[in-house]
Amino acid sequence: MSAVEFAGVTLTLAGRHILRDVDLAIEDAEFVGVLGPNGAGKTTLMRAILGLVAPSSGQIRVLGAPAVRGNPAIGYMPQIRSQAPIGGLRGWDFVAGAAAGHRWGVPIAGAAARREITWALEMVGARELAARVLAELSGGERQRLLLAQALLGRPRLLLLDEPLISLDPHHQRAVVELTRHLQRELRIAVLFSAHELNPLLEALDRVLYLGNGRVALGTVSEVITGPTLSRLYGSHIEVLHLHGRIFVMSGDLEIERDEHRHDERDHGGRGGGGARHRHHG
Amino acid sequence: MFEYDFMRNAFGAATLVALVAGCVGYFLVLRAQTFAGHALAHVGFAGATGAVLVGISPLWGMLLVTVAAGAGMGLLGERLEGRDVAIGIVLAVALALGLLFLHFYTSYAAQATALLFGNLLAVDRGTLAVLALLSAASLAALALLSRPLLFATLQPELAEAKGVSLRLVSVLFLMVVAVVTAESAQIVGVLLVFGLMIAPAAAAQRLCRTLQAGVLGSALFALLDAWLGLTAAYYTDWPSSFCIVAVGALTYLAAVLGAPRRS
Repeated sequence: MSAVEFAGVTLTLAGRHILRDVDLAIEDAEFVGVLGPNGAGKTTLMRAILGLVAPSSGQIRVLGAPAVRGNPAIGYMPQIRSQAPIGGLRGWDFVAGAAAGHRWGVPIAGAAARREITWALEMVGARELAARVLAELSGGERQRLLLAQALLGRPRLLLLDEPLISLDPHHQRAVVELTRHLQRELRIAVLFSAHELNPLLEALDRVLYLGNGRVALGTVSEVITGPTLSRLYGSHIEVLHLHGRIFVMSGDLEIERDEHRHDERDHGGRGGGGARHRHHG
Repeated sequence: MFEYDFMRNAFGAATLVALVAGCVGYFLVLRAQTFAGHALAHVGFAGATGAVLVGISPLWGMLLVTVAAGAGMGLLGERLEGRDVAIGIVLAVALALGLLFLHFYTSYAAQATALLFGNLLAVDRGTLAVLALLSAASLAALALLSRPLLFATLQPELAEAKGVSLRLVSVLFLMVVAVVTAESAQIVGVLLVFGLMIAPAAAAQRLCRTLQAGVLGSALFALLDAWLGLTAAYYTDWPSSFCIVAVGALTYLAAVLGAPRRS
């Protein structure tokens, strides 16, 4: 059974076709890097799998069943963070807030929930972070708490929406390695979207590249080629290999690094009392 | 002090309202929605004065209008962000409308000060009973709502993915805020609800690192502020609303000085 199946899926957002008649299948327990230019549909794709965006045509199946909102078998690390002043809360309370958080009632974790939260924190190596307040944690440490949240409920599919943003290379490596370790240990499928391919090269099994409403899914050597990417970008793309790294070039621009440079500003996100969604996907 | 009927009633009312105002205030501070209570009180003023004009009790008039406005704010949601001009105008119009209604019902004009600044020492047993009911209902509703509310506050996108309806939670929460705002207005008046609902809760939020401690601390601080304020008002003969708000502000100041800024 595939973890995720798209059959003839068209996704439309604000009148624009994010995906047009797309077929794909993500297998169980595979690590797939999701790449593509800004606005290509990475976040929208994930939201569709989460059942938050309905396809205008076609069918999406997740773990054998139609995609539906609130699927407990999917773990999710969203891109946009709450801007609310929650920095005074402990790491534990932050993670615990997501444990069965969709049910009505008082947010007091019972024994079973506490065991689950402890397990999730241990899996990501964040036991000692739990006692500290969020404001004291670094970006990489907070990322681990977000990962712990995503693991609550023992998901079989993990969606990570641009977890590497605003992390320095050392922490980027740590997050990728941790995710790969979790993926292998728990035998779950992982969709990990990112701006750049290189941080993911060692970890991924396949690449899902989005562009111009189309996708290319396959190994790095199948997908990251000039002809394939030129089709997806709609312009002439060259792929250079250097010292085990891959550089995707459009003329003089290293396309992945430069296209996304302005995003650091955009990804501040907005939250506060309500949730404001900014989908670059 | 407790020999007097009006003091016993005042302490009763202050207790009933402060408890729930503190709890609600904690979530308002956490969600950066503190102006919601402030705005709802302004709108409630028009409701209270308009109610008298048509023959309904001002408390019910205020409740009706604030709850409707709370639901409206929840529904408008993010469309309200950054609209401070429009919001400010609505608040000014609400107060101005209240003034107009008072003008038409001139025998009620003396109540203006009480509505705007509270009149805790004039609470009667009937009002006390209503406050007890409202507080119980608000606490129950908040208790039921608190889990998805917290989730939506900490991680709105994740909460949405897990099936929480952000809009519904927001609307329900603001309706509870509306009820508690109307209650708070009975204690410190429409213009000063911030001092009772927000100041103690903001102080607790700075000092507490867990959710449970935060909510309990907020309720406790609000209670202590109200009691201290009321006691001070009894002995100094100064307005009770001033004393309560002053104690609240001092509490917040102490918390700011006592705990370094955490964002």
